Amino acid sequence: MTAMQVSLPGLELKNPIMPASGCFGFGKEFSDFYDLSLLGAIIIKAATGNTRYGNPTPRVAETSSGMLNAIGLQNPGVDRIIQEELPFLSEFDTPVIANVAGSTVKEYVEVAGKISQISHVRALELNISCPNVKEGGVQFGTDPELAAEVTRQVKQVSKVPVYVKLSPNVTDIVSMAKAVEEAGADGLSMINTLTGMRLDLDRKQPIIANQTGGLSGPAIKPIAIRMIYQVYQEVDVPIIGMGGVETTDDVVEYLLAGASAVAIGSANFKNPFICKELIEELPAAMDRYGFTTIEEMIGGAHR
Amino acid sequence: MMIREDMEILSHELVADKTYKMTLKGDMPSHVIQPGQFVHILIDSSDSLRRPISIADVDLTSGTLTILYKVLGKGTASMAEKPVGEHLDVLGPGGNGYPIEEVSASRALLVGGGIGVPPLYYLAKQLKEKGIDVTTVLGFQHADAVFFEDEFRELGEVIVATNDGSYGSKGFVTDILPSLDGRFDTYFSCGPAVMLKAVSETLDDFDGYLSIEERLGCGVGACFACVVPAPEGDAKGYRKICRDGPVFRTGEVIL
Repeated sequence: MTAMQVSLPGLELKNPIMPASGCFGFGKEFSDFYDLSLLGAIIIKAATGNTRYGNPTPRVAETSSGMLNAIGLQNPGVDRIIQEELPFLSEFDTPVIANVAGSTVKEYVEVAGKISQISHVRALELNISCPNVKEGGVQFGTDPELAAEVTRQVKQVSKVPVYVKLSPNVTDIVSMAKAVEEAGADGLSMINTLTGMRLDLDRKQPIIANQTGGLSGPAIKPIAIRMIYQVYQEVDVPIIGMGGVETTDDVVEYLLAGASAVAIGSANFKNPFICKELIEELPAAMDRYGFTTIEEMIGGAHR
Repeated sequence: MMIREDMEILSHELVADKTYKMTLKGDMPSHVIQPGQFVHILIDSSDSLRRPISIADVDLTSGTLTILYKVLGKGTASMAEKPVGEHLDVLGPGGNGYPIEEVSASRALLVGGGIGVPPLYYLAKQLKEKGIDVTTVLGFQHADAVFFEDEFRELGEVIVATNDGSYGSKGFVTDILPSLDGRFDTYFSCGPAVMLKAVSETLDDFDGYLSIEERLGCGVGACFACVVPAPEGDAKGYRKICRDGPVFRTGEVIL
């Protein structure tokens, strides 16, 4: 073990930094900027059973300290992702976490069954929290019984550990976390975006064609930190934290709150080199706060 | 190949109503492959998204590129405050531009609307260099919004239209096009989607190239914020404006 390594179910991470789903495509574009083997892991864009064309545009809008998006899970479908996108990522020495979405439990199960068989896919991130699609997505993520059901069925078919991505659009995040843990989740990923809206004052209409979008960026970081802090105290499975991470101080804060690794989302848009830079700068931040390993930082705020 | 660099603002001036011209110095100009590509600028470090702005001109001798932008929101308003000498965080050059190497026509028509006019300037210069005859139609909202008329005139004939008739002929660029019948073999257009749609319908006997504007997310092709649908039967079904475009052949995407 080196100071930067983290061991999680299915994942031997050389460092705790990975791009978040939906913000990094299937990696190809960012491989023009740096060697993807530097990353702890890569969480790829959501896969659904069939091709999805997503929502009408505009799909993004900037907000104070963040942004709204409503892409709508556009993806070529699990079969084409396996054939056309995943082979490229096998060239890198980095585990892939496949984000799995669907409109029905059957679709989640179908996608999970297929994509978890690919050798460099080392874990699944079960997306029960996308706020931008009409069916599926967040409806599974706001009802503990539905969340547990989809988790249970996906666990039965998945060849790799399953991390359930929780929605912050709930009153009681702890009950959601406990429900999926009891249903067999190997880990949690939190948080997805918060549902928001921005109006165009000239047109007097929402800027985003879908009307609502998911809020991400530094604006949601305190919510994510609070939720991870609460959930860490109540569950035993590891947490991958995300929401507005832009600096190594943010990474330290997530780890102290209880995350075992950290995913970077919107910040990739502002600075395509952000993940590489955070990995390079993290040892200095560990030193700054008196830590010698990542492992000893995890949950540090609870001791 | 896209790079990210801090570029120095060498000049910055108001050239028309809410419309600014800026020249930036750095290595970026040597990376520009085609007219119609864009730079993705982080105006303030506290912003969450960059702003895509098309490249209006490139000067390899001085290592500068020229951009023009219109103040339309918080980001561009902040950009307008940037003094000469300051540096901007620029990612680029992005996207696929006008493939001038493919153009075999001898007479080109350029149709630009509003802040869609700038990329056509670098294009016009390149076409002219190839010996292609250039005629330009520029559309603006009103007289105060007109810019680059003289610059285009140095490269060929220019016809200006304004919506309110306060300068040039009154109406839209599409009102001008019938009078140019028989004077061009291909066309290049950039402007708002509604204008591009009208231009491509008016010129549906011709093959041409259209540059589309849209709100971008990452600007590098990863986030799927800026997709545009492709016609039925297309294998992929969509194009990414930032990566596959912003310039498309007519018929390649649905406007």
